[in-house]
Parts: sequence; structure tokens; C-alpha cells
Amino acid sequence: MQLIYEQSTPGRRGVKLPQSDVPSAPALPQELLRKESAGLAEISELDLVRHFTNLSRRNFSVDTNFYPLGSCTMKYNAKVLENAAALFAPFHPMTALLPGGAEHCQGTLGMLYDLGQMLADITGMDEVTTQPLAGAHGEMTGILLIAAYHAAKGNKARKKYVVVPDSSHGTNPASAAIAGYEIITVPTAPYGDMDLELFKQAMNDEVAAVMMTCPNTLGLFNPHIKEISDIAHSHDALMYYDGANLNAIMGKVKPGDVGFDVVHVNLHKTFGTPHGGGGPGAGPVGVKKELIPFLPQPRIVMDDDGRLLLETANPATIGRTANFFGNFGVMAKAYAYIIMLGREGLIQASEQAVLNANYIKEKLKAYYDLPYDMTCMHECVFSASKQLKHGVHAIDIAKYLIDKGYHPPTVYFPMIVKEAIMIEPTETESKATMDAFIEVMIEAARTAESNPQALLDAPLTMPISRLDETKAAREQNVCCAW
Amino acid sequence: MSIYFTKEHEWVKVKEGIAAVGISEHAAHELGDITFVELPKIGKSVKQFEVLGGIESVKAASDIYAPVSGKVVKVNEALDAAPEIVNESAEDAGWMAWLEISDESELKNLMTQDQYDEYLKTL
Amino acid sequence: MNDSHYCPHTPQEISEMLSAIGVSSVEELFAPIPAELRAKTFNIPPGMSEFETFDRMRAIAGDNTQAMTSFIGGGFYDHIIPAVVDHLSGRAEFYTAYTPYQPECSQGTLQALFEYQTAICRLTGLDVSNASLYDGGTACAEAAMMALRVTGRSKIIVDGCVSPFSRQVLKTYFYNLDVEIVEIAPLDGQLNRDELVRMLDDSVAAVLVQNPNFFGSIEDFTALADQVHGVGALLVASVYPIALGLLKSPAEMGVDIAVGDGQSLGNPLSFGGPSFGFIAARKSFIRNMPGRIIGETVDRNGKRGYVLTLQAREQHIKRHRATSNICSNQGLCALRGLIFLSAVGKEGLADMARLNRDKAEYAKSRLAEIPGVTVLQSAPTFNEFTVFLPKPAAGVVAELLKLGIAAGVPLGDFYENSDQALIVTVTEKRSKKEIDTLVKELEVALCN
Repeated sequence: MQLIYEQSTPGRRGVKLPQSDVPSAPALPQELLRKESAGLAEISELDLVRHFTNLSRRNFSVDTNFYPLGSCTMKYNAKVLENAAALFAPFHPMTALLPGGAEHCQGTLGMLYDLGQMLADITGMDEVTTQPLAGAHGEMTGILLIAAYHAAKGNKARKKYVVVPDSSHGTNPASAAIAGYEIITVPTAPYGDMDLELFKQAMNDEVAAVMMTCPNTLGLFNPHIKEISDIAHSHDALMYYDGANLNAIMGKVKPGDVGFDVVHVNLHKTFGTPHGGGGPGAGPVGVKKELIPFLPQPRIVMDDDGRLLLETANPATIGRTANFFGNFGVMAKAYAYIIMLGREGLIQASEQAVLNANYIKEKLKAYYDLPYDMTCMHECVFSASKQLKHGVHAIDIAKYLIDKGYHPPTVYFPMIVKEAIMIEPTETESKATMDAFIEVMIEAARTAESNPQALLDAPLTMPISRLDETKAAREQNVCCAW
Repeated sequence: MSIYFTKEHEWVKVKEGIAAVGISEHAAHELGDITFVELPKIGKSVKQFEVLGGIESVKAASDIYAPVSGKVVKVNEALDAAPEIVNESAEDAGWMAWLEISDESELKNLMTQDQYDEYLKTL
Repeated sequence: MNDSHYCPHTPQEISEMLSAIGVSSVEELFAPIPAELRAKTFNIPPGMSEFETFDRMRAIAGDNTQAMTSFIGGGFYDHIIPAVVDHLSGRAEFYTAYTPYQPECSQGTLQALFEYQTAICRLTGLDVSNASLYDGGTACAEAAMMALRVTGRSKIIVDGCVSPFSRQVLKTYFYNLDVEIVEIAPLDGQLNRDELVRMLDDSVAAVLVQNPNFFGSIEDFTALADQVHGVGALLVASVYPIALGLLKSPAEMGVDIAVGDGQSLGNPLSFGGPSFGFIAARKSFIRNMPGRIIGETVDRNGKRGYVLTLQAREQHIKRHRATSNICSNQGLCALRGLIFLSAVGKEGLADMARLNRDKAEYAKSRLAEIPGVTVLQSAPTFNEFTVFLPKPAAGVVAELLKLGIAAGVPLGDFYENSDQALIVTVTEKRSKKEIDTLVKELEVALCN
């Protein structure tokens, strides 16, 4: 498809602007002005509408295709959530920060407060900040809170390390490094969880935090999690919970009950807000009470009369990790999702997410190698090692699935499984959809034996075939020349 | 001129106190199409097995470790524009840096060609 | 009994699935969680229908004061949003997809973000951009970290005229790192250039400035850029994209990295988010850039297409050595930004910028007619400016809020000795009549 800039005609106008009802201001001095207008598109409204409508049709999405992208929880995004978020479009965040302004924002501040309370209950924490703008942003915020905790105890210089299992999301070590820590990586044991003996050896009084995803990225719940927490706490290291896989355990187990001190929650995964082609998500962070003094400002607090106020001058705070109150629109959707599903609905979501993942695991394990063969939680991880004997990689199976109308599972991760195929169906998929997917996966496994070239050639039905990623990385053409 | 290898798949060839360093053909093949070589700064001093530079392909990134201690005296600037040279000629034109070697006895910590070939069979 | 939302299985299907798995109940699947660790309470209220949910949300929104006439900015701006922005970004194929890891079935997102990167490059005049950052404040912090990587140095100088929110975010990001952050106190609402030049030396990685700055002043950093480059440091500028319709671009000033908040480009105020941060830089810094980057390439048949590129810099491959920890970004908000910029268009953005300035200049001259009110800056301004009132601004703002007018942002919370200063923002959406009402009511409030 042509780029929008290639469809431009000099002088053509799109949207009509309002007429001015005030006098023209005297021109600015020439040295403050740009030499020529920025080279934006010049296109009619209809052509613009066709361009973006046609572009959208070149995407697979949850609303058009089964999207079992492991680790990302691509569940259905209820349409009422979009309507609910739109109600809040006109409210300026600065209003709440004006003198007497909080009084005019009791609805929005109250919603953030209530959402924090509900997330605290779900995760077993004492208070939640809604400021972080994404999961990884929550991780960084959480690790900074842990740094503040250690600094307040006079241990800033001593605490140097953050421990992560090798199965962790890449964001965990990246966030801890950005927050100023060195990383110790603990390998995974044959039983699919962080090796407990090696973990014990890795722990010492210089460790500031242990970051865990539970269930982990293999979809397995670590039965030793309490023991791990106790060991960490014995070294005054805090436990950080990466909430990426929270969808498996709502109402079943609370991170706070098993020893975690800080959690982040991915609202766009667990709480049904759309993923937006890459974002926006939201990464609220919950903490145990020892960490409340360090939470980012402004902090929303409730007075004795039930009015919401902003606390802005706490000297112990880490400061501010985003400009205002976080991705409010995403929070409004998550709030609506939680009150709509309610207690039983959230529990059922987790139960059926786990049911669906185990169903797919059982149905496919005769055809694909299952490196960790045990009851999984909300996702299962296969390996294409059998198919590799025929020269077929996980990525080739992924491309074959595209031809069949399925968004592929995650195939670049976790790094500890060679040729990983990580499938997360979520609770919103029907049995019929999964059965059809299972059939195609079986067909792919058979084709890998009978006609591997067919997989290597896929996809053939898309507007484009496989792309030369090496050329892209070497040439770095990231902007249309002008 | 003898060639020696590390377990991390770097090679080194030494001549008159200067060590040429690169990654092995095996490593280049494993990485796939190389898209970027992060060359060290000239003048940088490294100890044996410390990080010297980095290398990237589309889906992987690896550190390059110094096979011997020394000071960087020259880097292969051709790799900036054409990292694919490493794929084409890993153990010759794809060299990455010259180190002024500080302790030639460190070579005994490395593998010879025969030893490296044996090592590859164990992977 | 299946009474929940969006879980489609019938009891019959559930029992078929359980027997395929070889267990007798769903509960058995949770056996890996030790019994003593199981949740003892779960206090979320019972659920409700989508109709009741929407009513509840409407009631919550109704608890905020409605229909405020806004003269507040401070980083978020009340601009027009063409109808096409909602409708096109509301295509489910865009908003229910995720990060385009599989390019063949994600060309819609990928091409749109490539077009977005192009728009940001053209607005700023710089060479390369990415697929969005979180917001304007975090974009400042990311640019500072990028400058540290590029220069290998560890000091950042920040103009005190940069948004106090962005400065706080920057400090928080560096809370636990050995990075020195030096702030320069403003001088009459502008950068104190003499002070800055005194501080420049070869330990400085970057100087962070903002244009127009928090007071609303427009500055030209062209000469400053030379001085900053003279010590081997980078000049980082936070910019307001609507103003770039008119103002000298970052590249024309010699800026190395430009950042900003994209809210004003087609994203609603929405009580502070989601918006997006943008970043643009010189091409030689591309490997040090944070976040996702879209690149052009060809397929097996030589046909043009787009992919996520330079992924080896990112957290999912490079882990703790990655150039940033960013995974999810604000892609849909960036798409809204692209649709906005494309709908308004090349000359439309310049017109819109002029309209903002005309309205603000009218308001400025009217407010200056009120006895005792003076304008802070001698420098030109865009759509924001700062006035001194004859009494503390906080009380006046609180009074006008009761009338449904958000008169501006008092400076007293952010700068010392500025209790009487008020930042007033006037976008193209404010009518002459609304401006006249502001002037009238402010005058009344000042007389009381």
C-alpha cells in the first residue's frame, strides 16, 4: 500500500478548522519561526478514511482472529469498556491539582481510589499507586520503591543485586538495571521452576529484591514460592511479583499472602483492556504497608468524611514516575471490567483460562514436544524440537498458522525453551475455536514431516510474504525520506 | 600463525605482540545474519575474558570477550558499514580488533584449533 | 451454571474438556498451588450486567464538575479532535491487536507506525524516531538516559523552565543511579543562559530545555546548541507539537534529541492519560534509542513492507543490557496522533498554531488591561503566558473554579516567591466570548 505521504497533493486540505473570532496577533520574529511547514500529509478526509480503514484490514486482531499470543493474555475486550472510558474524555488532570480543585474531581479521584482498593484485594497488598503507565514501567517503579525502602534503613550502599530466574520476562532484568541494580540470574531446574538450591546459593545480604512471575513463563505455579519468600526475607531482600500472569490465579491465591511485598498488575492483560497494537496498557503497583511512605506523588487519600484529597508533599516519596495519575482511560476500562465481572466472574475467568490452556496442552502433546509435562496454569509451552528434525522451526509453524487465519502463539520466548511455542488461549475462547486451532496445529505437525517446504514457504495468503529483517536492521530506514 | 579459541567462541591470532581478535565461524553461523558489530574504543584496556565489544543479529545479541589481556590499538571500521563481512569471513576479514598484548602466557588458557574442534562436538 | 461474562463454555463442554484432560473438576487443575497458600478472602463485590456497569460509570463521571471552561495547560491541552480520529483509531483491527511481532499479519499497525515516525521526524526535522514512549515526562527521562549512553558521561543540566512534572519524573528515574542532575533557576520566565554557560564542561552529558517553556515563553536555542556541542554534550529539547506548526524546529536549532507529549495530537484530556511520548534524534544515535522502532524492508518477492527492527537492543533479547525496559508503549495513542496530523495536514497545522497564538495574544492583552495585572515575560509566547496578579493566585483560581472557569495554573506550588503568578493557557477551542468572561470574572475576583 502507498504511504499516506505518497497520496498527498500540495495544497489539498483535510479537516476544516474553526474561523478566528479574535484579531490576528502581530507576527513572531523571523528567527523564532520554522522555514517551511512540516511535511505532513495533504489529503482529503475521504481518502484519509480509506487509507486507515484499508490499513486496519492488514492486521490480525482479537476481534477478527484467534490470538493465542502467550504471555500477553489476548482476551476479548468488551465493547462497553470503550463506552465507559469515553465518559471521562473532557476532564483535565490539572484541575485536581489546582487550589480547591480536588473537590471538582471527586468522581475521577474516587474511581482511582476504589480501583486501587480492589486491586489491593485481588493481589493481597495494602495500597496501590495507579501512576505507572505500563507493566515494565510498574516494574521500574516497584524496584525504585524497594530501593527507597533499603535507603531508609541505611542500606543503600549495601544492597546491590536483584535476583531473577532465567525464565523471567526480559523486562524484569531490564527494569532492575535501569533502577540501578546488578542482576543475578538463577537457572530453571528440570522441574520447570527456579532451581531452589541454586537460588539459596545466590542469596546473600547484598540482594535487594527477588523478581518472580508466578505462575512463571512456562505456565507453572511454583509450589516453593513461600519458602523462596522466606529465604529472601531472611536476607532483608523484598519479593517483587511480576503480574503478567495474574489472569491464572484471581481469587485462588494472592501474591501478598505468599510473601510478595510489591506487585505490578498489567491491566491490559488481566483486566480486559485492549492492547492497542502495542499499547497503551497500564501497570499499577501494589505494596505492603512498609512501603506506603515511598509511593509516588500525588497520592490519593480519603479523609474522615469520605472526600478524596491529594497528598503532594510527603518527604519520603520516590517522587513521580509519570506526569499525572497514570493512564486514566485504561483504568476506567479496568474498573468497569472488575465491577462488571465481580467476585464470581473474576474467579471464573481464571478457572476457564486454566481449563482452556490445559485442554490445548493435552490435545497437542502427542504432536509437539512438551518439555515440562505437568498441569499448567493459564498457558502452556511446547517446543518444535520434533519438527526441527525436518528442518522446520517454530517460526515456520507460526507462519503456517497465519495462512490458516490464526495469530501465532509466542515463538521467541521463553528463551530457556528451544523453538518455544507458547500458547495462551485465555478464558474468552470457545471450545469450537480451540478445537479448530488444535486441528490446524496437528495439520502443521503432519505437514512438517510430509512436506516441510510448505511450512518454510508460508505465509502465502497475506498481502506480503516473509520480510527481510536483516535488511531492515542493516539499513535502518525508519522514516520516509522527504 | 597459530589461532586460539575461547569457550565463548572468540578467536585470537598473535604476531609480534599484537593480537587480532574476532568470533569463530561456528559463532557467526549460529548468530545468523549479523546486523551490527559494537567495536571497542581504541585505547581501551581489557583483561582476559572481560567484555570487549558486542555483536547483534536480527534476533540475538552477544557480548564479545577479550581472549587475552591488552590494549585496543586498532578496530575493523569496515564492519560499521558492512557487518556481513563477519558472516562471510569470520576468521579473517571479519576480525574485530587488534590488541597490544600484555601477557602472552595467557594463551595457554585458550584452545588450539584441534581442541576447539573437539569442543564444538560436545555442544 | 454459567452466569458470568465472556466465558462461553456450556456445562456440557466443560465436562468434555475435563475428561479430555483427565481430571474430574476444574478445581483439580489448581492442585499445584499448595492448599495452605490459597486465598482465604476475596472481597470484590458481586458482578452486574453491562447496562448497570455503564450506569455506574456514568454516575462516577457525573461526580466531577461538568462543563468547565478551561484555561489550564501545563502539559495537557484542550484541543479539537477531528471525528475521524475516534472512528479510525476505534477500528477493532487496530485496537484489539498487540505489538506487531508477526509482520505478515500486522502490516496495518506497522505501516501506520512507520508513517507516525515519519510525521515526528518531519515535525522535529530530525532523522529518526520510534513507535512511541509513555508520555512527555518519561520521554524527557528516556532522552537523558540516551544522552548518558551516547556520551558515556554522568551529569545532566536541566533548565528550571522545563515542566516541573517532567523534572520530577527525571529525578525519580535517576533516584538510585549515580547521575548528577543540576537545575538552573529560571530568570524572568526564561533560561538563565549565563548561569548555564558557567556550568558547561566536559562532564556534562546533556542539557535539557523546553520550548515553549513552562511559563509559556518561546526561546531560540540555536546559539546555545553550539555552546553545548562545544563541550561535547547533547542538547535535548522538550517541545509542544502543536507549536511546531509555526515555531523553529528542533533540528533548525541544532537540537540533538527532541521529545514531547503527544496528548495534544488527537488524544482527549481523559484525566491525564493515556497520551504518548515522542522522541526524535540524529541518525547516529539510533542504537541508543529506547523502545520499539519500525523499519522498512522488502519481502521475498521484493515487495515493500515494514517490521519491528533493531530488536536486539530491546529487553526481550538483551535483558539487563537493553537500551530501555520498554515493552508495551502507547501505540494506539501514537496512531491517533498520526491520524490527527494527517487530517489537519501540512498547512492546517500551521493555521492551527496561528489560531492558538491569536487567541492567547488577545487574552493576554485583555488581561493586561486589568489594573494591577502584569505579564511576566518580555519574551514572545505561544498559547500560554504568565501573569502577575495583585493578590495570591491560589485564592482567585479557587473562586473562579466555583463559577466553572479553570482560570489557569498558579505558579506558587512550583516556584518560590511566585504566589501571585498564574499561567494562563488559551487554545483554539476557547471563544472570544469565553475569554471575555474570564477577563470579567477575574477582574471581579481581584476586586473582592
